[in-house]
Amino acid sequence: MKEFVMLFRNAPTGDARPSPEVMQEFAKKWDVWLAAISAKNRFVSGSRLSFEGRILKPGNVVTDGPYAEVKEILGGLIMVKAESLDDAFEMAHGCPILLLGGYVEVRPVMS
Amino acid sequence: MKEFLLIYRNVPPTGDAVPTAEELKDISKPWLDWMGSMGAQNKLANVGNRLGFEGASLRGDLVTDGPYAEIKELILGYSIIKTETLAEAIEQAKGCPVLADGGSVEVRAIVPMNS
Amino acid sequence: MSANNELIPHLFRTEFSKITAVLGKSFGFEHIEVAEDIASDTFLLAAETWGMKGVPDNPVAWLYTVAKNRAKDYLKHHQIFVDKVGPGVKQSSTEGYEIEIDLSAQNITDSQLQMMFAVCNPLIPAEAQIGLSLRILCGFGIEEIADAFLSNKETINKRLFRAKEKLRAENVRLEFPAPGQVDKRLEAVLTTLYLLFNEGYYSLSQNTTLRQDLCLEAMRLNFLLVDNKTTSKPAVKALLALMCFHASRFEARTGAEGELILYDDQDPALWNAELIQQGKYYLNLAAEGNKISKYHIEAAIACEHTVKADVPEKWQNILGLYNQLLFIEYSPAAALNRTYALAKADGKEIAIREAEKLKLVNNHLYYSLLGYLYTGVDNERAIAHLNTALKLAKSVADKVAIQKAIDRIE
Repeated sequence: MKEFVMLFRNAPTGDARPSPEVMQEFAKKWDVWLAAISAKNRFVSGSRLSFEGRILKPGNVVTDGPYAEVKEILGGLIMVKAESLDDAFEMAHGCPILLLGGYVEVRPVMS
Repeated sequence: MKEFLLIYRNVPPTGDAVPTAEELKDISKPWLDWMGSMGAQNKLANVGNRLGFEGASLRGDLVTDGPYAEIKELILGYSIIKTETLAEAIEQAKGCPVLADGGSVEVRAIVPMNS
Repeated sequence: MSANNELIPHLFRTEFSKITAVLGKSFGFEHIEVAEDIASDTFLLAAETWGMKGVPDNPVAWLYTVAKNRAKDYLKHHQIFVDKVGPGVKQSSTEGYEIEIDLSAQNITDSQLQMMFAVCNPLIPAEAQIGLSLRILCGFGIEEIADAFLSNKETINKRLFRAKEKLRAENVRLEFPAPGQVDKRLEAVLTTLYLLFNEGYYSLSQNTTLRQDLCLEAMRLNFLLVDNKTTSKPAVKALLALMCFHASRFEARTGAEGELILYDDQDPALWNAELIQQGKYYLNLAAEGNKISKYHIEAAIACEHTVKADVPEKWQNILGLYNQLLFIEYSPAAALNRTYALAKADGKEIAIREAEKLKLVNNHLYYSLLGYLYTGVDNERAIAHLNTALKLAKSVADKVAIQKAIDRIE
């Protein structure tokens, strides 16, 4: 088994925040999707990111989040175990971020 | 202490030149020393990972294979550090070797997975 | 008589733990004290009998026979005990209670390994794990354990009693962990062996023979794990390699009056080449698999130190290894050693900048390091740091070493 990282990206929603009910519904969808990966013993670790953040560029230039200038931002990432990139990619299907117009990037971890 | 994800981005290298073992050592030393420095200060929560350039993306039903010619910057890797504040996390990030190479570091607060 | 005087303590050290482990396994961990008592009684009887009649041809067989008989006697006279232990004892209608006590080499090894898993249990504090290991697995007396911990008999007795109570309450059994559990349970065992070795290697106790015994016992138990198929994992071999490298310096690190000789002042001719070779052998074996434990890295660092010459490449390697060690697990010692290696590899200027960030303000070693780094750069500051170190240091040996560094600058 090799390790792969799935990066979840989406367009920033700006000030439009979904209702608590919608948030809860999505949280549940995430739980179900992640549980399915865990159940196959493929889940290694994961982090969810808050919108709080900054970008640091050469010359100590600091840009504030929530990144008005970027098309999409990283919402979180998980590390999984898989036989191959294709195998890891299979697991990306059904990820709830796809329902929100976001996307999943799958990348191999280098040792 | 809070946890922050540091995301290292840069333009992927062009050409197929594979660095020699000696060159690789020179490339990795500043990275290892910088992360070792954070480790010695007990501020490294997870050394994280370096990501390969190959990869694939899924958007809706649309599959895009890497190495993403259309994207200027690529995520090279990430680490998790623990500091009291975002400002302190940015201070730590200032030593990251990717900056000397023209890349950027995104510093983001982590929310526990089950909250 | 004189042979007897030396033979019994020797046999006690090697056989007491075997008898205790096998009887403990027969009776169950809840009756571990009974096993210890029978083993002790056996040696008491040996001392009396051999003193009068001379040492038997096969002393070990004699001990095993007596231990077996004592165990049977005990069972006959303790009906309640028999009822409780019931399933573990074979009942024969003609001979009353017949207990099978298997003192074969295989069962001795298995029992000791199972005892190791039982005792090295994170449910009890680390120092209790080490204490119980010394008592049950290494046959150390309470007084020796107290000496090693710079404590007294009452404290140690209380500590071991509480630990056994806790293990009993948790219903700890003498058995091998399930296949899927081996790695996790081994982690706890290795931590205890590592601490046991360090207790001997770095202890402040003046008793150098005892301290060396602690290290040798940790190595003996580690060898048991390496020689057993289910427990012979890469991390186990890496820890053994680490112990071999450290042990190779036993002779070189102790002076004529028992004082500690620091690495820089050691005579490499006194390093034990055989142990260094053995360390390299096990470090090589540890390379199988793809998981790197902290023992792998510490062993690799110790391996770099088997060459005394101060070549820059050596210090670049050591710096890289300390970086890696910190990626796995932070410890103040790793942070300080990394900064020292940085000074050796890339110069004092950068090391001073890094050292100032560590802020380990209660640690005398931190100020000793700052003192070393500023020496020759800013001697006034170096002395100020060393004076702080002197105030914080507790042991006489540490104070002497710091004072020497101050005198050298002045």
